[in-house]
Amino acid sequence: MADLPTIAIWKFSSCDGCQLTLLDCEDELLGILGRVQIAYFPEATRAEIEGPWDLSLVEGSVTTPEEAERIKEIREKSGLVVAIGACATAGGIQALRNWANVKEYASTVYAHPEYLETLETSTPHSDHIAVDLELQGCPISKVQLVDALLAVLAGRRPNVPTSAVCTECKRRQTPCVQVLGTPCLGPVTQAGCGAICPSFARGCYGCFGPKESPNTVSLAKRWSEMGASEDQLLRAFRTFNGYKPAFREESARHGG
Amino acid sequence: MADETRTIKTDYLARVEGEGGMLIRLKGNEIEEVKLNIFEPPRFFEAFLRGRYFTEAPDITARICGICPVAYQTAAVNAMESICGVKVDGQLRALRRLLYCGEWIESHALHIYMLHAPDFLGYPSAIEIAADAPEIVETALRLKKIGNHVMTVIGGREIHPINVKVGGFYKAPSKADLEAMVPDLEWALETSLETVKWANTLDFPDFEMDYEFAALDAGGVYPIEGGERFVSNRGLDIPIDEFYEHVVEEHVKHANALQGHMKERDSYLTGPLARYALWYDLLSPEARGAAEGIGLPKVVKNPFKSILVRSVELVEACAEALRLIREYEQPAEASIEVVPKAGAACGASEAPRGTLCHRYELDDKGIILDATITPPTAQNQPQIEADLRGFVGQFMDLSNEELTLRCEQAIRNYDPCISCATHFLTLEIERT
Repeated sequence: MADLPTIAIWKFSSCDGCQLTLLDCEDELLGILGRVQIAYFPEATRAEIEGPWDLSLVEGSVTTPEEAERIKEIREKSGLVVAIGACATAGGIQALRNWANVKEYASTVYAHPEYLETLETSTPHSDHIAVDLELQGCPISKVQLVDALLAVLAGRRPNVPTSAVCTECKRRQTPCVQVLGTPCLGPVTQAGCGAICPSFARGCYGCFGPKESPNTVSLAKRWSEMGASEDQLLRAFRTFNGYKPAFREESARHGG
Repeated sequence: MADETRTIKTDYLARVEGEGGMLIRLKGNEIEEVKLNIFEPPRFFEAFLRGRYFTEAPDITARICGICPVAYQTAAVNAMESICGVKVDGQLRALRRLLYCGEWIESHALHIYMLHAPDFLGYPSAIEIAADAPEIVETALRLKKIGNHVMTVIGGREIHPINVKVGGFYKAPSKADLEAMVPDLEWALETSLETVKWANTLDFPDFEMDYEFAALDAGGVYPIEGGERFVSNRGLDIPIDEFYEHVVEEHVKHANALQGHMKERDSYLTGPLARYALWYDLLSPEARGAAEGIGLPKVVKNPFKSILVRSVELVEACAEALRLIREYEQPAEASIEVVPKAGAACGASEAPRGTLCHRYELDDKGIILDATITPPTAQNQPQIEADLRGFVGQFMDLSNEELTLRCEQAIRNYDPCISCATHFLTLEIERT
C-alpha cells in the first residue's frame, strides 16, 4: 500500500463536474483505486495524506488571490500536475469576466461586494505554473482521464488527440451537420467528446476547446455565408473556452 | 468548566460538492455562534448571462453544477418557455422527466452510498468501505451507472448533457433506444427496494426538528421536472412567478452564497424530506410500499433519516423511469419552435437536493437582460444552521471529535451543493 503512487485531486473555481468524472468511471474506479493511494479528494473522502504527491489533478480556474498562491504550492509538492477541464485549461465559462468589469459583476450578484475576495480575471493554471498535461473539455472525457492515469502509472505518454471533432464524426459515420445547414464548431474543436452533438443533429459548440492550429477565420467566414451574425460568431467563440488564445483571437474579430 | 470555550470546526467539509466549512462556538452550555462558511469562489453566472442569447441559458447554467446539470437546464428551459408563451407537454415533457429521473438515480445513489453512508458506517469514505464491504460500493456504482446511462441515452452525456433545448430536444430517442434500458432499470428498481431496507439498518440519532417543508406543486404528479406553484406545509401556496416576492436572498459575510429566506417567516427546508412530506400520496405504489415496508411515517422530521427518504425517492425515480419508457412514443418533432418575446418569468425544477428557481428577463430579440438563480442549498443554508444549533444544543455532552463528526453528518443530511449555492460552506465548532 505504502509504495503505491499518491494522487491528490484539487478544486479551484469550477462546477465539480470534471472531478465527478473520476467517480463516474464506474467500471474502472475500483481497479484504479487498487493501484494508487488517494491522498486528497475532499469530494469523496475525509482522509488526507500529506504531500508531496506523485500526481495532482487540478480542476477549476484561478479566480482568487488564495487560488493563485495555492496552485504554486501544489506545483512545488507534486511530481506531475495535470490540469483537467475547460476551467483549468482555459479559464472556463467564468472567464467571461475577463472582458468585463468584475466590480460591476460583483455588485450585480451580491449586496455586499466588499465581502468578496476575487481577482479581475479567471485564468488557466498554465498562466501561473508549468503544467505537465492538459485535458481539455467541459467536462473532460472519461476515456482520456483513465488513459492519462494509466499513462502515469505505466510511465508512458498519454494519448490525447489533437485532431478535430470532424474526425470523430467521420469514424461514427455521422452525416456532416454543417453540410446539412447547421453551423458547427467541429472543424476547429479538439476531438475527445466522441462528436456527441452532431450525432444529436446539433452543431458542435466547442466545449473541448480549440484543436491544434485551428483555422477559425475560414470557419467564421463559412458561418457568415450561412447567415450567422457577428454577435452570434462572437458568442460562439466566447463561451466555455473563450479565453483560450485561438478562440479569444477569433471572438475579437467579431466585436467586443 | 461552565465558562470554558469550545470550538468545534471543520475547515474543509468533505463529501459535499464544493468548498465550505463549519464553525460552532460554545461558551459553557451556551451556543454563541453557528456558521456554515462558504468559501467557494464566486463565478458570477447571473452577471455574465446578461447579453447572452436565450437559447444559451440551458447550456451555460448547466455549468453551475456538474452533479445536477439537468436541474439547471430544466429550470432554465421552463423559464424561457414561460416567457415566450410556449408549453412543452406530451412525450417531450415525459422525456424531460425521464432524463431527470436519470439524474435523481445517479445523484441519490452517489449520495446515499458514497457520501452519506460512510458517516453511518464510521468510514472516512467509500474507498475504505470498498476494502471491507466491496458489494456496497459495487451496488452504488452500478446504480449510478444506470442513472448516468439514462442521461447519456437521452441527453448525449451524463455531465452537461447536450440534447436539452428551449422547446424540447435536438433529437428525440426512439422507443427501441429507451426499451434497451429496461432490464438495467428493472435491476435498479429491485436494488433500490433493497437499498431502502439496508438504509433502515443504520443507526440514527434521536433528533427531530419542526420544519416548514417547501416544494413544487406539479399538479397531481410527484414534483421532478417542474411545477407551476411553490407550496409548503404551513400555508405557502404561490405561483412560481411570485417566488421572489416571497423568498429574499441575503448576503452574509461568512458565505459567498446568498442565503434564501422567506419573508416574514423562518428558515425552511427544501429537498427529499419536503417533497416526501408534501407529496407522499403521489408516490408510486412501489415507493410507498418501500416506505410502508420499513414503517417510515408519512412525515419524517429527523434530518438524519433523509437517507431513508432519499432511498424511497431512488425507488420512485426507477419506477417512474420504467413507467415513462412503457408509455413512450417517439414524438414526430423533437422540439417546438420558440420565438423570443420580451418579458420576464420564473422557471423551477426539483433538483435531487431541492427546489431550484431561475428568473430571466428577455428583450424582444431574445437577449437576456437580467438573470436570478436560487439553488436549493442557498435556501437550505439557514435551515442547516438551525439544525446544527438544535443538534449541538441536544448533544453538547459528546466529545469534540464525536460532535464534529455528527455536525458534519448533519450538514451532509442535506446533500449540499456548494458550487451551486455560490453565488455557498467551512464547519468550525468553537467552545468557550
